[in-house]
Amino acid sequence: MKQVLSALVMNQPGVLAHISGMLASRAFNIESLAVGETEEPEFSRITFVVGDYNKLDQVRKQLEKLVTVVKVVNFSGQDYVERDLMLMKVATPGKSRSEIRELVDIFRAKIVDVSSENVMIEISGQESKINAFIDMMRPFGILEIVRTGRIALLRSETVKADVDSETVETV
Amino acid sequence: MATANEKNTQTTTINGAEILVQALIKQGVKMMFAYPGGCSMPLHQALIKYKDDIRTLLPRHEQGGGFAAQGIARTTGDVGVCMATSGPGATNLVTALADAKLDSIPMVAITGQVPQAVIGSDAFQETPMVEISRAITKHHYMITDVNDVARIVKEAFFIANTGRPGPVLIDFPKDCQLATLDAEPDYDPDTYLPGYRPELRKAAPEQIRQILAAIKRSKKPMLYVGGGAIISDASKELVEFAHRTQIPVTTTVMGLGVFPGDDPLCLDMLGMHGTVYANYAVNEADLLLAFGVRFDDRVTGKLEEFAKHGKIVHVDIDPSELQKNKEAHIPINADLKHVLKALNEAITDDDLPQVDNWLTQVKAWKEKYPLKYPELGDVLSQQYAIHELWNQTKEKDPYITVGVGQHQMWAAQFYKFNKPRHWLSSSGLGTMGFGLPAAMGVQAQFPNDLVVDIDGDGSMLMNVQEMATLHTENLPVKILLLNNQHLGMVVQWEDRFMDGRRAHTYLGPVHHPEAEGKGDGSHAPETYPDFVSIAKGFGLQARQVRSKAEYPEALAEMLASDGPYLLDVICTYQEHVLPMIPSGGTVNDIITE
Repeated sequence: MKQVLSALVMNQPGVLAHISGMLASRAFNIESLAVGETEEPEFSRITFVVGDYNKLDQVRKQLEKLVTVVKVVNFSGQDYVERDLMLMKVATPGKSRSEIRELVDIFRAKIVDVSSENVMIEISGQESKINAFIDMMRPFGILEIVRTGRIALLRSETVKADVDSETVETV
Repeated sequence: MATANEKNTQTTTINGAEILVQALIKQGVKMMFAYPGGCSMPLHQALIKYKDDIRTLLPRHEQGGGFAAQGIARTTGDVGVCMATSGPGATNLVTALADAKLDSIPMVAITGQVPQAVIGSDAFQETPMVEISRAITKHHYMITDVNDVARIVKEAFFIANTGRPGPVLIDFPKDCQLATLDAEPDYDPDTYLPGYRPELRKAAPEQIRQILAAIKRSKKPMLYVGGGAIISDASKELVEFAHRTQIPVTTTVMGLGVFPGDDPLCLDMLGMHGTVYANYAVNEADLLLAFGVRFDDRVTGKLEEFAKHGKIVHVDIDPSELQKNKEAHIPINADLKHVLKALNEAITDDDLPQVDNWLTQVKAWKEKYPLKYPELGDVLSQQYAIHELWNQTKEKDPYITVGVGQHQMWAAQFYKFNKPRHWLSSSGLGTMGFGLPAAMGVQAQFPNDLVVDIDGDGSMLMNVQEMATLHTENLPVKILLLNNQHLGMVVQWEDRFMDGRRAHTYLGPVHHPEAEGKGDGSHAPETYPDFVSIAKGFGLQARQVRSKAEYPEALAEMLASDGPYLLDVICTYQEHVLPMIPSGGTVNDIITE
């Protein structure tokens, strides 16, 4: 099973390079990584997807060791929402455009650009849904795909850079 | 006129370089090693201005300055400071940074950087130092605003010397060094490190009880102690704990000295070149108390087979060391001094293990497989040379530094340390050339103590230029050069695992038969290079000895000399460091002859 780690990091130049460099130099295998600003501009949140991986705990600890990493939470086994975002350009040969529109509706995707030869579609959701959509579009002729890495948030608990609420973990 | 004068005094400004130097002084830095260049000149101008508060020593290579700073850090526990200019000056510090990272040495390295306006333009002497040093420092800074200088210096020292110590880089662009403030800044500003909270973690009372319960149940307990015990200043607590419980102690190469080498419970070093008795004892132990160690491959050999007969308690201040290499049954993320104190306080007579049979067994191993070296007539062996040094100097508690290779391992085996922080070895990174500059840092810190660099002829040449620093800065380091004309440790592996084929391991001229391993084993009448002339050229006293008969007296002469001295001791190269567990092997593979 794939595992999701969420890291709250300081929003400073070089932090992403520091983190990705550490992961590479320790030969940790990461499937995706998505980064963006948070509710507080001085922090960014990075979501990592790690395969079923016996080094997961090491990845978490090594991330936490970096001075600019404030907190790392392993979402696996917890109640969380996760989303991928994809943009896709599909060819619309013959009268296929209406068929594509129908599928777009079923998947609750969106057509965001149209030309005489193709359409651009935006879709977000869980990875399985996005993969299913890709399979459905394949017969029409997929021209280009771009995907974000996965992003995720816990449903109940709020993970903030709150120094006082830090609980010392017993390993 | 009066108003004009007043105005003049009011507009006295301070520049970034001066703020940095003042901030160092406020951090308690008394001494640093710095090599100037274009992009660090303002810093050196500031160092001259404040020379009464901070002594700046000029090494002859930035790497030497880095290791000298480590010499101070390793012996005092305080942050060692070194400085270099941008570009090549900065990259020359890289090895010393990586070395400090692997051995957890607190160090702050300051590098000049090209002005911010030209950063990224491949300017003269520009290298992206922050990029280069990310993976080999605990943290790194680039100063981009003169208002940040005092805070960054404060944070750098805090990060370098708290939690698990390590090196911190401060890259300082020249325009920021020259930018001015109208008034002295606050040298004790608020720091902002939400991701770094190194509060000293204590073990929970139930964890202490868990350890005590494991000890009580054990019949063959062992203490495996490393550099973490020295860093947490836990030597006293460790000795008390070992004596109370009668648990034998083995240390890693980084842990030497934390437990007295002459204590009956001391089993000396474990691992690849550790003692037979330490490795046997760890292998047989039913409880391994791994305190401030990281289960390095040079200690464990084949991980699955290491200490597989017993429970493992692993205490370390760095949570990422727990369960990294070897699964522990009781992993505890805590400061070792606190854990040992708590154990000493909580332990009752009822908790003590029954170890009589175990101690008898350990003693039998110790008697059966002592550390030994052969008698070679009048030929000098490195082991003998080190043993004799120990005989002549043990009362003086000298500081011993080493390079890397056979001489390093023999020093670890045959010099018995009774105090922590007196043994300086590049242990994790294994940097040849560490010994001389480290010794020079120690001697600068402790001008009246005996500092001996036990070096090899290969390692010596890697930072040979620092003999100039010994002379010019009046640092009376004694260099015991164990010269076998070979890269001895590689030769040993060639002999053991590669049918003795010499591959660039002879250090004399390539046309000499020894270069291809076809010599008769004796050294040329004139060894190469002529270390005595080199040392004299640098202003040191020097002498060569070739026979055992003259060695004790020559050694005594060096030890009695006032200034820096190099004793070129011509040793055999046929000796191997034993015992030896081959890389990736187990205790069953141990080679004793």
